[in-house]
Amino acid sequence: MTARTLLVIGGTSDIGLAIAREYAAHGWDIVLTARNPDDAARNAADVQTRSGRAVRVLPFDVLSAASRDELLTNLEPLPDTVICVVGVLGDQARGESDPAHASEIIRANFEGPALILDALAARMITRGNGTLVGISSVAGVRGRGSNYLYGSAKAGFSAFLSGLRNRLAPKGVHVLTVLPGFVRTRMTEGLKLPPPITANPAEVGRAVFRAAEISRRNVIYVRAVWRLIMAIITAIPERIFKTLKL
Amino acid sequence: MKTQGWGNYPVGEAAWLTPTKPGAIGRIIGNTDTLIARGAGRAYGDAAIGAGATLSMLGMDRMIAFDPQSLELTVEAGVMLDDVIRTFQPRGYFPASVPGTKFVTVGGMVASNIHGKNHHKAGTFGSHVTRIRLVGADGKSTACSPTEQSELFHATIGGMGLTGIITEVTFRMQKVETAFMRNELLVARNLDEAMRIFEESLGWSYTVSWIDGLARGNALGRSLVIRSEHAKLSELDGWRARQPLKPAPHAFLNVPFNMPAMTLNTLSVSAFNQLVYWNGVRQEGPRIDHWNSNFFPLDAVHHWNRIYGARGFFQHQCVIPKARSRAAIGEILDRVARAGNPSFLSVLKLMGPDEAGLMTFPMEGYTLTLDFPVSRKSFELADALDAIVLAHGGRLYLTKDSRQSRAMVEAGYENLPRFRDLRAASGAARKFKSLQSERLGL
Repeated sequence: MTARTLLVIGGTSDIGLAIAREYAAHGWDIVLTARNPDDAARNAADVQTRSGRAVRVLPFDVLSAASRDELLTNLEPLPDTVICVVGVLGDQARGESDPAHASEIIRANFEGPALILDALAARMITRGNGTLVGISSVAGVRGRGSNYLYGSAKAGFSAFLSGLRNRLAPKGVHVLTVLPGFVRTRMTEGLKLPPPITANPAEVGRAVFRAAEISRRNVIYVRAVWRLIMAIITAIPERIFKTLKL
Repeated sequence: MKTQGWGNYPVGEAAWLTPTKPGAIGRIIGNTDTLIARGAGRAYGDAAIGAGATLSMLGMDRMIAFDPQSLELTVEAGVMLDDVIRTFQPRGYFPASVPGTKFVTVGGMVASNIHGKNHHKAGTFGSHVTRIRLVGADGKSTACSPTEQSELFHATIGGMGLTGIITEVTFRMQKVETAFMRNELLVARNLDEAMRIFEESLGWSYTVSWIDGLARGNALGRSLVIRSEHAKLSELDGWRARQPLKPAPHAFLNVPFNMPAMTLNTLSVSAFNQLVYWNGVRQEGPRIDHWNSNFFPLDAVHHWNRIYGARGFFQHQCVIPKARSRAAIGEILDRVARAGNPSFLSVLKLMGPDEAGLMTFPMEGYTLTLDFPVSRKSFELADALDAIVLAHGGRLYLTKDSRQSRAMVEAGYENLPRFRDLRAASGAARKFKSLQSERLGL
């Protein structure tokens, strides 16, 4: 039997690396993408050394249509599972006065990931099977003053994944939405994160593999406590929510 | 930020730097007055506390290459030993030398030139290192090995991070058939018996003894000697034979906060030592166990150092030339037993000759490890022990040290003048400084 293949879109991210390590440990071959392939070479060597599996890197810029076409052409054979980890936290305050930065946050977290997954979905439908995983965010559950550009883009991405799942369910293609909650990564370095609700990337890797390949879940939080936290945040009436400093 | 070693003593104040890739280190060195690299923070004393800044290597956790022919693994310096074993043991490989905890980084293992229970046969970890990449005071990255830049290479092995920032390490692994260890436990009724067993066990790969630090008189030095080999496939039966490369479970026990200082008093430590000894007497003989419990029993409890309370503890680990070992260790044990200042865990081991690094700790002879809670009484006792070590031509392990004097380290490490010269010539002396290097003038 030939090994199954995982495509990680966002191969330089800490979460992307952790997921790739987990899949490779289960015997999968790995393809990582990065805007600059040299940046992902370090992660590719790591995954290959640990697992002895085949790992390769493809160039891909999530904001470029030309780059998307190129990736789709280079991607032979079509991977069994695709995981999209790309995203930027951005700078909310800067985005409020700099439309170009705001646009970049929205496009990198929503438009780019949605378009590449849509294109890959079409190919998976033709084949008749596959798994698509989107790493979204709890920030997309409800907009907050401190990060609504990022949050609203993630909300859009979550809604996209939900719609995609609905559309693909009868066609044999599975879609998983992951809401990691706080994770200790480069993206959150310097932020004070409360340890009981903060996961490490390896934990995310294990949770994603389990949910995508074994239990076939639809939407997961990495740490269960986040389901409760988000239920409470969703339940706060808007007239109170808008006065909170969040 | 308050920064301390595993012994929680001393506590330093250091600015932390947290690079995420090796390429960033050169620039950091240029922008920083003085710094020291820090791995997992398992050195007991002040070796990984920056006199200026402390550079955390934990973001450098990528593996780089593995060659199954030469058994050489290359990793970034912040990769944890635990990670190496978890990744490679199920594939049939094990590090050639491991210390008493797996929660150390590979860079730290090089800087400390750690030794394990197989030192008498395999030497230090440094003797299995074939190549190191490090960034010097000028911010430039260089490779060194036994054949290229060999002087820098030997100074870096056991060099306590004082020759530069170690960013990559290549080291040889060994092949193992199973994840299990075949052990024999022998009871030694006194120090002479223990040493005789060590001599007779030189053919065994791994030997160590737990010594009852409170026994006196005829029972002085009574101990449990454990000798082990990696179990062969043919030596396993039952569930072990069905799962010969079984990975280790993750530890879940934890000491959540510092215990009151009274937890370890003469009575409780004495009771614990008695219990361990008589339990060992009961279990004398052969037995099979997993590498995880065999090599790393203390790792089963996270933060076990907190049983010593907020004031912390220190380890006193000496090595004595073989010809003088019996006399020196006897004097030390007698002194400790008479002081009524019990050591919770006392370990004795016969080491082999070692020249892997300029500042290597091991030499052919016996090493004795004692640990004590931080107190004035303990420090006075340790000073008295130092005098015994010094009189018999021994030295102390820098990775465990937080308190020895400059005179003590100068007497013990005959290559220290050369180490100092090298540091001065390369500019490392002005750039790489820990509280320990300042205290001891390394």
